[in-house]
Parts: sequence; structure tokens; C-alpha cells
Amino acid sequence: MSKFQKEPTKLVPVPSTNKIPERDVDKSPILEARHLGIDFGGLTAVNDFNMAIGRTEIAGLIGPNGAGKTTVFNLLTKVYQPTRGTILLDGHDTAGKTTVQVNRMGIARTFQNIRLFSNLSVEDNVKIGLHNHIGYGLFSGLLRLPGYWKEEKVAHQRALELLSIFDMQDLANAKAGSLPYGAQRRLEIVRALATNPSLLLLDEPAAGMNPSETAELMENIVKIRDTFQIAVLLIEHDMSLVMGICEGIAVLNFGQIIAKGTPDEIQNDPEVIKAYLGSGKGE
Amino acid sequence: MKTIAPGRKRLVNNIITYGMVIAAFVILQVLNAGGMLSPSLQGQLVPICAYVTMAISLNLVVGISGELSLGHAGFMSVGAFSGVVANLSLQSVLPSGPVRLLVAMVIGAILAGIAGTIVGVPVLRLRGDYLAIVTLAFGEIIKNIINILYIGVDENGIHFSTQNEMALNLAEGGKAILKGPMGVTANVKLSTFTAGFILVLIALTVVLNLVNSRSGRAIMALRDNRIAAESVGIGATKFKLTAFVTSAVLAGAAGALYAMNYSSLAAKKFDFNTSILILVFVVLGGLGNIRGSIIAAALLYVLPELLRDFYDYRMLIYAIVLILVMLATNSPFFRDLKGRFQEWLRERAMAKADAKAKGGKGHE
Amino acid sequence: MSILNNLINGISLGSVYAIIALGYTMVYGIAKMLNFAHGDVIMVGAYVCFFATGQFGLPPLAGVLLAMVVCTVLGMVIERLAYKPLRQSASLAVLITAIGVSYFLQNSALLLWKSDPKVFTSVVGTGSVKLFGGELTITHVAIVTVLACVVIMLALTWFTGRTKMGKAMRACSEDKAAAQLMGIDVDRTISMTFAIGSALAAIAGVLLCSTYPSLMPTTGSLPGIKAFTAAVFGGIGSIPGAMLGGILLGIIEIFAKAFNTNISDAVVFAVLIVVLLVKPTGLLGKAVREKV
Repeated sequence: MSKFQKEPTKLVPVPSTNKIPERDVDKSPILEARHLGIDFGGLTAVNDFNMAIGRTEIAGLIGPNGAGKTTVFNLLTKVYQPTRGTILLDGHDTAGKTTVQVNRMGIARTFQNIRLFSNLSVEDNVKIGLHNHIGYGLFSGLLRLPGYWKEEKVAHQRALELLSIFDMQDLANAKAGSLPYGAQRRLEIVRALATNPSLLLLDEPAAGMNPSETAELMENIVKIRDTFQIAVLLIEHDMSLVMGICEGIAVLNFGQIIAKGTPDEIQNDPEVIKAYLGSGKGE
Repeated sequence: MKTIAPGRKRLVNNIITYGMVIAAFVILQVLNAGGMLSPSLQGQLVPICAYVTMAISLNLVVGISGELSLGHAGFMSVGAFSGVVANLSLQSVLPSGPVRLLVAMVIGAILAGIAGTIVGVPVLRLRGDYLAIVTLAFGEIIKNIINILYIGVDENGIHFSTQNEMALNLAEGGKAILKGPMGVTANVKLSTFTAGFILVLIALTVVLNLVNSRSGRAIMALRDNRIAAESVGIGATKFKLTAFVTSAVLAGAAGALYAMNYSSLAAKKFDFNTSILILVFVVLGGLGNIRGSIIAAALLYVLPELLRDFYDYRMLIYAIVLILVMLATNSPFFRDLKGRFQEWLRERAMAKADAKAKGGKGHE
Repeated sequence: MSILNNLINGISLGSVYAIIALGYTMVYGIAKMLNFAHGDVIMVGAYVCFFATGQFGLPPLAGVLLAMVVCTVLGMVIERLAYKPLRQSASLAVLITAIGVSYFLQNSALLLWKSDPKVFTSVVGTGSVKLFGGELTITHVAIVTVLACVVIMLALTWFTGRTKMGKAMRACSEDKAAAQLMGIDVDRTISMTFAIGSALAAIAGVLLCSTYPSLMPTTGSLPGIKAFTAAVFGGIGSIPGAMLGGILLGIIEIFAKAFNTNISDAVVFAVLIVVLLVKPTGLLGKAVREKV
């Protein structure tokens, strides 16, 4: 649940073409983007982006390179402020919010080009994700008051618990930057999960992984959704992963959504086929 | 095979650092009592403590928080002069030397902390080299302001002026404490090596405890990757400021300690070159390495003293040593060695992960 | 008239800062490093000219040229020995090395030429032009300084815009790896940048000492810091920015001095801070967006 204080916003029914999974169908979407768009100095990077994601949905965002997928993530997490449109998270408008505030409201993400705290240990990376859930202040830390010991112990256990999702608890003491590539990607997911999000954004989680690693990752993403009961939106080029676990998929090309639907619908959509083959970027 | 937990490794590391400081203190005290220290070295014991504290506190900003500050001497200056004013104006109220020294250091620390907040709030929005130049500018401004400041005390309280001594309008029996460009000329010396040692221990405790706490992790997260830190809900301004102000507070206390070791002191003592000197201690000691800062500050502060026989050449030697050390520690050759070591660590971690994965599958 | 006089003095001092700032800004633009030793190269240039014209009786122009040659070589040698090995290192390591080089130059000068100030003879004489019946005095030095500044500015604009080497420099400052792939010799280009910056430093040193004739081993440090400030003020990495920043800084300093000599530096730095807070990349600097 979001701890963010805000005057109650009226929930709007979802005018979505997305097929929200059956179990979520009577609930309001966790995320709703309406007419979202951004221009970079006259160049429109994303335009009229509409999407709704169910509370426990695994959704995919695909499209050729340069279509604007990561830009959408940057808009949702307020790394860029959108030029147009509205983002509703759990019914709350995120206009004017910063990346930090949006995270506290419930969006956590990973990055396409891995962004770990590479000089710190794996465990510290996760504890940094737990930052807003550790309840002692500067002075307790400086003076080592009882609150410090108690909370640090809880954080330590929680960090190991989260790491165990990917069976990484034995790497807790390793330096994050020294991990193999795949482990770094998994650690980013753990770190994002530590912030207790209601929506997890994964930017190319399977990039650089071999097929068996990817298969394991797919299982884990589903496991994360089932355990934490959260929504997942992922960008991925690996079609086996996208078609395998996503319940709803949106296809982006030149900053515009060209198709939305279930994996089956997307695979047979002529527009999508054209976008992929036409741009010479067949998967 | 079980590696040492980082908590325990940290503990061992910290114990070594504390032990080193305490041992150095005890050895120097014994040598001093036995009359085995040269008078010049004896006179440097307090300044060494002050500069060690400065290096520890600057490492918090540059090493731990990752922001280049070129004006750290400014905060030392604020602490030094406010400490002197406290010392001289409280002379009759607090006759006990150690108590007055403590009060002077606390006041110096508080005022430097306020200065740190005033500087930090607007400045920490800037990045990298721009932040560096603005801290440089603030250091120079603080120096300039103290240079034109006249402060006196009489039975009515403290008087300020930016004109001259006469403009202070001191009553009969009042005295001018700070006299513009001349600075302080009649300070009462209070500092002792023991006080300096305690300050170093406090600075050490503050920084080490901070680093191993929630706030410290946030500070280091922002250093390593600001965007990622923000993405997990860590606000940059708050924690950058925490590091900056904590550092300024420690620098203020060090400044007061330093000032109370001399009977006269002028603002130009704390100029850009002093800031750079402290930065050199921090970089040579290793960014983020507190023990390294302590060793580098102590050694480099006495190095010119040790080179006394080459008086004319000592700063030249200092410069050459500085350049050679930087080249030796940062040139591709050294990096190559370091890279190979990291590669080895990485392979070890990977081998372990593999073993784990195989072991896990085997049981299924 | 005193306002006009101050303005002229300010522009003249600012022109010196601008010439020094060009050296900082070019090196920063291409090597992404703060060359703290730049101010001391100024001092070396001034000493060379001082001895060439005073001791060896060379004509002033020859003195300036000799200073330029010496500083050019010095700049290239410093770059080769101290900075090049650290090309891939953290910027802080390079900064500390530059500080070491600065100490080295200052202390070498101290050993060679002693600390007592030398009285520098102006290279353009001490004459002046009097206007409005003597109310407004413009020294020849001021005129030459401003002219030199304008010429250098035009020459550099032409150089970076039109010549092959200039284009290589701009390419390197944009993206070194890409420039290398296009067949640009990055090492040579950086070396060239240091050479130009150092030659400019020599000119600045001579002009500075012609205006303020006291020459010491520390003569270069404060103008160096101020010029660095000027470069940041105008937007570091930008050539017109360095000119603008330098001249504005000179004017502000002279007017602040007229107001109160003791706090002129504080005023200069305060203006810098205000500018950076309003426009964090300086007057003409451009913001770089980090790719996420």
C-alpha cells in the first residue's frame, strides 16, 4: 500500500483496450497512463501513450530499437517530466512528483544499462532498497542507540530473505560490481523489490542471459508476482520470455502504440509484423 | 568455504583504525614525557590532530559522498575565529581552561555547521566541477569576510564592526579580539594534545558510525549512482547535505582546536592552499579510506618538518613526491594489476555461484 | 569620468583574465580536467620575458615570442609527463597531479629566481592616451591588452571553426572515442591544445605584469584561480564563454575594488555563485542530459 498522503482522488473507470487478467478485472488498475507524451527539443519521443495495468498483471512493452520503450519507463518514474498526459498510480495523479516520491508511491524499476551501487556489497545494495522501511534516524545511527541495532538486524534478515528469491544469499558479502552480468541484473530486481513496490518495471531483464538463465528468470518473475501480489511491466527483446509470461502486451513504434492485446493477438497482428520486419529488426 | 561477513570485516577494520590512533597517542605521550620529541615536533602535536580531523571530515564529503570540495579550510576558519571569540569573551565566566576549550570547540562546530548549511543548501544542487568551484568561492568569501571583521568584547557584550578597531566603541576595559587583516593577536592558548586526541576519536567515531548506518548507505548510494538511488526513494539533497554539514561541524571543531594552539592567528592561514593541502591528504590516503586519511595527514603534515635539512628544497620535494605518488597509484600499469585482482575475485564468485547452482539441482 | 576609467581598467584586466580563461576552457573542453598549473605557466612566461628583455636586452616583441615558445614547450612537456599517463584515471587524481605540478613550478621558480618581487618593465612602455582634457586616461598597456584579447578571440574562433586541427579539437571534446575512430590522433590533438593554452598563458603573463609590474613566484596563482572562475562563469568548455566571463569578471572586480578594496574578491566570488545558482552551467555553457 502506498503510504503517500494525498486527498482522495475519484477513481475513474478504465477505458482501456488492454485485457486486464480476469482476477484483476473488477479492480481499478494499479497504473494508468493517459495520452502520455514527451518532446526533446522539438522531437517527439513518445506520443499519445495509453496503457492500464492490472494489480497483479504481468505486462510487456515491446518494439524495435529506438521505439521509445525506455523513455516510457523514464516518464513513469519521472526521470523525465512528461510534456503531455497523465499518469495515475493507484488512482493518484503523479503530476509534479519526483523520482523519489514516485518510488515511495509504489513504482520501482531496474535499468537497461545496469545501475548498481557497484562499490558496495550485495547486501548493502538491498539494504539501500530497504532505506525507507528502516525506522531509525541519523542520530540513532551516529550514537548507536538500541533502535539502530534492532532495525539493522531486521534489515539484514529481510535483505537475505529477498536475496533468496534468486538464491543469491550466499553472495551477500560480494562487491556488487564484481558479480557476473546475470547476477547483477537479478540483484537490480531484488533491490527494486526491497522498496516494496506495487508496480515493478523491468528494463530488459533477460539481456545478456543464456536460454537456461532466461527460463529461470521467467519462473522467478512469475514467482515474484505470485508472492508479492504486485504488477510487473517489462521491456524485453526476448520474445520467448515476453510471449511466455506476459498477459497483456503493448507494441511501441516511433513513440506510438501500434498494437495492444494478448500474446496471441500480438503475434498475428499485421501492423506488428510490419514494424518488426519493415524496420529490418526481426526477432 | 565461508568468507568473513562484511559486518565482522568492518568491525575488525574499525578496531585496527581506533587501535592505531590510540597507540599513536600513547607512544607520542610516552616519548613526550621522556623528553624524546624535538621541540618543533612537540609544537606540532595539536596541529597534527587538527589536520587529521580535517582530513577525516573532508573524506566524508569527497570520499564517502563523492562531491569535490575545494573550500574546506573556510569551515575551519569559521570554527577557529568563533572559537577564539568564545574563548576570550568567556574568560571571566569560565575560568577553567579545559571547560572553556570544550565550549569554544562546540561553538566553533555549531557556527561552522551553520555556515555549512548556508553553503550546502543552494550549492549541492550543482554537480561535479561546478560544485567544486563554488566551494572554492565560498572558502575565499569566508576568508575575505573575516579579513575585514573587527570583533571586540566589553562588559556590554560582543561588538562587531567592518570598519576599524575604533568603530567597535568598546567601553573602558573592553578588548578587541579580532582585528581585521591583523587577525587575532592576543589569544589565550588552551589546546592540549589530549584534547586533540579526543577530537580525532570523536571525528573517527562519527564518520565510521555514519558510514555503517542507514544514512551513510544512502550517501554512498548517491555517490555510486544518483539516478539509481533516487529510483529506490533516496532524496539526494537531504543526504548530500547531511554529509556536507556533518563534515563542516567536524571542521569547525578542528579549527577551534587549531586556533587555541596559537596566541595569534590571521584569516589568510585558512586560504585556498590550506583547502588543497587537506584535499591532498584525503586523495593520497585513499578516497573513502578513513584510516588512510589519518595516516596521510599525519605523515604529510610532518614531512616538511622531516625535510628541514633540505629547507630550500622541501616544498619542491613535496611537489615531486605528490606527482610521483599520483602517477604510481593511477597509471595504467598499476590499474592493470588491480584489474587482474578484480578479475580473480570475479572468477571466484562465479565459480561459487556455479557450484551452488549445481549443488542445488543435484538435490532436486 | 571615474566610472568610465574603472570600466576601461575593468575591461583591460578582464581581457587578461579572458586570455588565461581560454587556456583553462580549451583544456577542460578537450581533456575534461582542471589544469591547476595553468596559472603558474603564466608566471613562468612573465619571468622568461622579464629576463629576456631586462638581462639579455632583447626587444620586447622578441621577449614575448621567447616567452610563448618556452611556455608552449613547458605546457606540452607537463601534459606528456604528468597528465597523459592519467588519461583514463579518475578526474580527482588528475586534479591532484595538476596541483602537484603547480607546487612544482612555484617552488622551482622560488629556487631559481628567489621570492623577492621583480619590477617588471612594461613591454609597451608606460605611456598613455589622455582624453577629455586629461580627465580620462587610457594607458597604452590597456589598449594593447584589449586589442590582444580581441585578436586572440578572433584567431581562435577561426582556428576552431575552419582549420583541420581546430575541427579535430572540437571533435575530441565532443567524443574522444568517436574522434579516434574517424582517424583523429587524439593524443596529438590534446598535446596541441595544451600548447595553444600555454602560449596564451605566456601572453597573459606578460600583459598582466605590464599592468601590475610586481613579479613573484606566486604571481600566477590568484589570477589563475580568478580566470578559472571566469571560465566557469562563462560556461566552461565554451570559447566565447571564457571571453565573456573574463571581461565581466574584470569589470566586476575593478568596480568592487573602487567600492572597497578588501572585499573585492568576495564580491567577485559572490557574483559567480549567484550566476551558477541561476544558471548551473555558466552563462554560455550547455547542459548535458545524462542518458538513463
